[in-house]
Amino acid sequence: MTDQKVSATASGSTGSGSSGLLDWVDARFPLTSNIKNHLTEYYAPKNFNFWYFFGSLALLVLVMQIVTGIFLTMHYKPDAQEAFASVEYIMRDVFGGNIIRYMHSTGASMFFVVVYLHMFRGVIYGSYRTPRELIWLFGVGIFLVLMGEAFFGYLLPWGQMSYWGAQVIVNLFSTIPFIGPDLSEWLRGDYLVSDATLNRFFAFHVIALPLVLLGLVAVHLIALHEVGSNNPDGVEIKKHKDKTTGIPLDGIPFHPYYTVKDLVGVVVFLMVFTAIVFFAPEMGGYFLEANNFVPADPLKTPAHIAPVWYFTPYYSILRAVPPIGISQFPGVAAMGLSVVVFAFLPWLDKSPVRSIRYRGNLYKGWLAAFVVSFVILGYLGTLPADTWGQFGAWMGKADRATVVARICTAIYFLFFILMPWYTKRDKTKAMPERVTH
Amino acid sequence: MKHILLSLLLLPVLALASEAEITVKAPVDLSDHESLQRGAKTFVNYCLNCHSANYMRYNRLQDIGLSEKQIKDNLLFAGDKVGDTMKVAIDPQDAKKWFGAAPPDLSVEVRARGADWLYAYLRGFYKDDTRPTGWNNLVFDKVAMPHVLYELQGVQTLNHETHALEIVKPGKLSPAEYNAMVGDLTNYMAFMSEPAKQSRKYIGIVVLLFLGVMLVLAKKIKAEYWKDIK
Repeated sequence: MTDQKVSATASGSTGSGSSGLLDWVDARFPLTSNIKNHLTEYYAPKNFNFWYFFGSLALLVLVMQIVTGIFLTMHYKPDAQEAFASVEYIMRDVFGGNIIRYMHSTGASMFFVVVYLHMFRGVIYGSYRTPRELIWLFGVGIFLVLMGEAFFGYLLPWGQMSYWGAQVIVNLFSTIPFIGPDLSEWLRGDYLVSDATLNRFFAFHVIALPLVLLGLVAVHLIALHEVGSNNPDGVEIKKHKDKTTGIPLDGIPFHPYYTVKDLVGVVVFLMVFTAIVFFAPEMGGYFLEANNFVPADPLKTPAHIAPVWYFTPYYSILRAVPPIGISQFPGVAAMGLSVVVFAFLPWLDKSPVRSIRYRGNLYKGWLAAFVVSFVILGYLGTLPADTWGQFGAWMGKADRATVVARICTAIYFLFFILMPWYTKRDKTKAMPERVTH
Repeated sequence: MKHILLSLLLLPVLALASEAEITVKAPVDLSDHESLQRGAKTFVNYCLNCHSANYMRYNRLQDIGLSEKQIKDNLLFAGDKVGDTMKVAIDPQDAKKWFGAAPPDLSVEVRARGADWLYAYLRGFYKDDTRPTGWNNLVFDKVAMPHVLYELQGVQTLNHETHALEIVKPGKLSPAEYNAMVGDLTNYMAFMSEPAKQSRKYIGIVVLLFLGVMLVLAKKIKAEYWKDIK
């Protein structure tokens, strides 16, 4: 009897102690209210499908890149004389270094896989529409910064592809009228890519852009949790709330429902990720290019310079747009526009419905054409422009691949330019009042 | 300069038409320690006179079944330590003067060129009196490197009609023996380009098994929580 009393008192005091600590924190920092607002009482639509895994997966990859990046930074040397050797040192002499490095290099590619799928989700379900325009704009910002992050990071191994890829991309800026040549020199810190460039790219890669990226991810999530998530039906769950509690009828708390669901997605993703890291880290030359195992040589231009796969659609657009006179600026401008144009989607889409489920064939046709063009452009961007040979004299002996790339580039931009027209004209279906499964 | 670079990028790139296509697969088997050890011996005796392997430590050869003592007794040059990397005595400046190009470091050559290319390269030397060294190569046209192994392989010439190599003067080894030897060498260089390749695959299997268990548990948790959601 006495024992029970003692234990009851003990457990009682522990209980009041921990809630006391929480009270103490809550009086000074909004811990409980934040957990409620963002997890346990953040109501997400209950009909999320496969496409909704990629947001949380992008966050997972971001964390992995930061953690593996920290460990790589401990051993990497941002010095033109030592960079290549220090990467091989990581691969051979640092304990677990090969796995950390492969996680980071695979993570770069998988980041783009996940982000492309995440963006595609936003497009097909109209997640950029009112009131989610700012979420989308922050997302486009994340995408742009991610591209910069990947580009700066790619120079660091200081292989031939690192070097010449950076040379080519920085030279793109030199095509900008008037300020171009000075601008590219300013970016490089030298007349050609050199030790000075490596040092500043290292600084951009490990501190400047990650900081911006984290900030953008934060505002992306804050904006999302302010207006609430969209869903595959594109209906607003806040329209139908429980009258007494004020909770959306089709909403479920993000935690525990979506945390446990995303956990399944995370494990499946990690299985794919692991399979690549441990069994095929080069991914047949798409994730790690063979030529990048040759140390950078400023005197030897590789026969074929191709960017990593996630940049190839834009690279194809760059090559496809013909120069005006001797100026290559039109191609460069088209390439820049092809990325930035995503930002205009919220204002280009005039459809009365959000989700592809209730759109008509006109929209679906344009979307399919866009996706096919994007994939073809990506494929062609990995290859030399004469890969399919030339047309006969009737086409002026033009490269077949270049002509195809031009058609795809036209479709790519028409998807956006004509969007106000075909979304308005599209025969849409009636949207349901509540979410379906 | 910038415009040249840019047009270089934007113009279609010429294929290297003069170089033969690689059709034969190199006999790479990273689990065959005897082959790797024979290849290591050939590498140290023939390649390491001019080519370094600056990222490869001698004691890493323990991964292919050699003991530290065996490495010290058979493979180390005088004065080297077993923890050293495979450095080379030749001065790159001299080498450049003698051959026209400094011999590249071979640590990651197989990752840059591929094992099949290397195997074809090692078998592709032929006599060509138009070249300063007297040698040319079927897969690396106008290569600066002379045929170091010609005493073993013999002398080949290129038949310009069939585009095939023919042995005009036999060497110490039969063609089959020579192929086996450079096969072992290629295998070793594949190992050297990434010594941890085998071990990472074993770790990968363990990680995948672990994630397999995690997947079952995660799915059960998810099903338990979601059973009430209609």
